[in-house]
Amino acid sequence: MEYVIEMLNITKEFPGIKANDNVTLQVNKGEIHALLGENGAGKSTLMSILFGLYQPDKGVIKVNGNEVQIKNPNDANDLGIGMVHQHFKLVHNFTVAENIILGREETEKGLLKLNEAVEKIKNLSEKYQLRIDPNAYISDISVGMQQRVEILKMLFRDSDILIFDEPTAVLTPQEIEELMKIMKELVNEGKSIILITHKLNEIKKVADRCSVLRKGKYIGTVDVKDVSMEQMAEMMVGRKINFTVDKEKANPGKVIFSVKNLNLLSPDLNRFLLKDISFDVKKGEILCVAGIEGNGQSELVKAITGLIPHKSGKFYLNDQDITDKNIRNKTLAGIGHIPEDRHKYGLVLDYNLAENLIIQTYFSDELQSKGFLKFRSIYKHAKDLINRFDIRSGKGPYTKARSMSGGNQQKAIIAREIDREPDLLIAVQPTRGLDVGAIEYIHKELIKHRDSGKAVLLVSLELDEVMNLSDRIIVMYEGEIVADLDPDKTNENELGLYMAGSKRTTVRVKRGEIDE
Amino acid sequence: MNKPKLILFGELTDKKVNVMSSFFAIFAGLLFGLIIMIITNANESFQAFFTILFGPIGGLKSIGKVLFYSTPIILTGLSVGFAFKTGLFNIGASGQLIVGAFVAVYIGVRWTFLGPSQWIVATLCAGLAGAFWASIPGILKAYRNVNEVVATIMMNYIGIYLVTYLVKLTIYQSGRNESQRVNIDAVIPSFGLENIFGPRSVNGGFFLAIIAVIIIYIILEKTTFGYELKAVGFNRDASKYAGINEKRSIILSMIISGFLAGLAGAVIYLVGTGKAIEVKDILPAEGFDGIPVALIGLSNPIGVFFAGIFMGYIREGGFLMQRFGFKTEIIDIIIASIIYFSALVIIFKEFILKAYKNKLDKKISRGDNNG
Ligand SMILES: Nc1ncnc2c1ncn2[C@@H]1O[C@H](COP(=O)(O)OP(=O)(O)OP(=O)(O)O)[C@@H](O)[C@H]1O
Ligand SMILES: [Mg+2]
Repeated sequence: MEYVIEMLNITKEFPGIKANDNVTLQVNKGEIHALLGENGAGKSTLMSILFGLYQPDKGVIKVNGNEVQIKNPNDANDLGIGMVHQHFKLVHNFTVAENIILGREETEKGLLKLNEAVEKIKNLSEKYQLRIDPNAYISDISVGMQQRVEILKMLFRDSDILIFDEPTAVLTPQEIEELMKIMKELVNEGKSIILITHKLNEIKKVADRCSVLRKGKYIGTVDVKDVSMEQMAEMMVGRKINFTVDKEKANPGKVIFSVKNLNLLSPDLNRFLLKDISFDVKKGEILCVAGIEGNGQSELVKAITGLIPHKSGKFYLNDQDITDKNIRNKTLAGIGHIPEDRHKYGLVLDYNLAENLIIQTYFSDELQSKGFLKFRSIYKHAKDLINRFDIRSGKGPYTKARSMSGGNQQKAIIAREIDREPDLLIAVQPTRGLDVGAIEYIHKELIKHRDSGKAVLLVSLELDEVMNLSDRIIVMYEGEIVADLDPDKTNENELGLYMAGSKRTTVRVKRGEIDE
Repeated sequence: MNKPKLILFGELTDKKVNVMSSFFAIFAGLLFGLIIMIITNANESFQAFFTILFGPIGGLKSIGKVLFYSTPIILTGLSVGFAFKTGLFNIGASGQLIVGAFVAVYIGVRWTFLGPSQWIVATLCAGLAGAFWASIPGILKAYRNVNEVVATIMMNYIGIYLVTYLVKLTIYQSGRNESQRVNIDAVIPSFGLENIFGPRSVNGGFFLAIIAVIIIYIILEKTTFGYELKAVGFNRDASKYAGINEKRSIILSMIISGFLAGLAGAVIYLVGTGKAIEVKDILPAEGFDGIPVALIGLSNPIGVFFAGIFMGYIREGGFLMQRFGFKTEIIDIIIASIIYFSALVIIFKEFILKAYKNKLDKKISRGDNNG
């Protein structure tokens, strides 16, 4: 049988690292082919080569049996190859329609013909139930929707080989369900899909075959139905992985952090994003904020850390009122923050790894004297963290953050925040985009942090992470806390009901009772 | 495994590729200038072109002139480059320069009571005036998110009209329609350079430029302050997240950038050659020249220094070339095309990378790769 895509003996080298070392990938027509590998294994690189973003140093690419040269994404488009990138490539102040036609604008007498495109987008959106408004601005729509825009972009261009680079990392469980359905539908129509994901259950659910990379090398391809998740994980990291989290029962001490009566209005002042939020976090406890995305979790974290201003409500850390402290002083007082959006807040992509690892501490006496940076200590610090957290990259501390793989960027942020030993570590989706091995490690680190008598406030959309890791769960729905639960006395189903707003244990706050 | 390396370049880093691309742009720009010269006057074009390239090293006097021309544009290049490194596009060096120049000349004319320290005070105040002028777009950017490109251009026009007005009001020499001459104590001393290069040539301002280059380099590369400024320039949100006061950083960046442009104003006008601020409503070219200098110098202080010298060099070359009947505008064409070519840097980059790879492949196939 003929393959739609064959990538044979692909080698691609970056300064200091062979991202792909003699890799082979063969994709059948009409299959969902998963690509699995640790962070930095070279998955995105391989797909970028297929999409014409990088040129391979060696190797051959065949599409439908013919050898091709893919020099740029336009060539890829012409060959029917489309890609949804790990970090989306959308122009934020353009509308959905403008983004979709970008690069193949149809014109009439030199003027843009947008109407036809809008029609086509509407039709496609209906056909696949993507629920996209072509005239909405990208900056106004959710991440999940942005992703559907990227998918629509490929459909609009009639691509029949679709590459998804970690599409589910940023989606809610519900959105993931929908995406899986869409993908099934697409292959039923005869399209072929290459899916990169770290979530083995997703591979189990939708993929037909799975190819595994490890440290740039091709390990093998398996039929998904013949292997277990454990076997796939072992293929990928080369050792057995423990999927359940081993932890001792929590031993909570006194309250270390509390939020009192926090309210936050939306920028247009029309509705409450946060309604009368109060809770405590104790020493030695992992408190998890569960909820469907968009129910106020992001705002809660941004308000606590000071990234957005709020009018009413107080924060206490170690019995000290930190409400009005600026971000620097909150950091110094003992707050750590693994942010939701690693590219926006977490990293300065044009700084190298070492520079990124000191972003909150560069002014400390260990790292500077009299205003001059102590480079030796800075690079030593970086090397320590790189070893401890196994951050992989081409040039170690000197690697530009931009050129690091997504998962390793995330590891760098986590390393930096845990290393500062904050009394309260706020971790938002900390394992987003990490491979199973790294997740196992990060979970252990979070528990270690807890066991050293500190507190963790974990915001997660993943139910298994919530159930596995937390010592106590609060559920947010429409900006309110609707439940305060003990993970041992609840289950994923019940949690789901609270998250969907159909059940609650706490009293509802009436509008009039809030004084903002 | 030892990677095979080319002896000339060693391992190819982004930095090296950028530097090479800059040289390519210069080379291509010069070539383009030559073509224009051949088209306009084929007979003497090569001689004239030769003069551009080698004329200025013909004598100490010319070398002095090269350095003299370079001094202010090194400073404005540094101003633009520094702002750029910290994420700001300061198009307003011209306005900051002219405001600085006015303050320098005003003090140079009026504050004769200062005695021998008059030039120092005049120079410093020129810098402060430029800093003040740049701080306004800085504040607007930091607090109101006003685009600094627009704001600095506006400040240019306000600056030039304000200065013409103030010159007429205070230190006007009506017969010549320009400002009065500065007092002899206000002229920046030559620190011995006069003995080497002769009078009316490079002066102490050149040392000032060198000091500025060193200080800016140190700030950007070695200090926590520079670390903050660059972080804000690269990613304002992440800087905020890290607790860096991004508003303050933006304003300080503009202030330093404006200070450098203001210094350039002092360096141009505090000379003994009788240079005065003309009442003409034209923005000084040295301000705008800072943009190509910063571009060619890749916004790196050391790069800016050499780019400034280069620009001074071909200006002097253009001056000498006039005797073959060519207009000095040729030089403007060359500079302009260098800028266009440096905008095409990406193409050069790919070209360089490919050439490098080919060589490497050959080397590998020859079997040098026994690491
Ligand atoms: N443009 C680049 N320049 C230099 N090195 C790069 C570049 N792109 C990727 N790399 C390096 O190549 C390696 C593979 O990166 P890649 O992004 O392909 O990994 P990945 O398998 O997609 O990982 P992840 O699961 O974390 O996204 C990494 O070590 C990365 O640092
Ligand atoms: Mg990747």
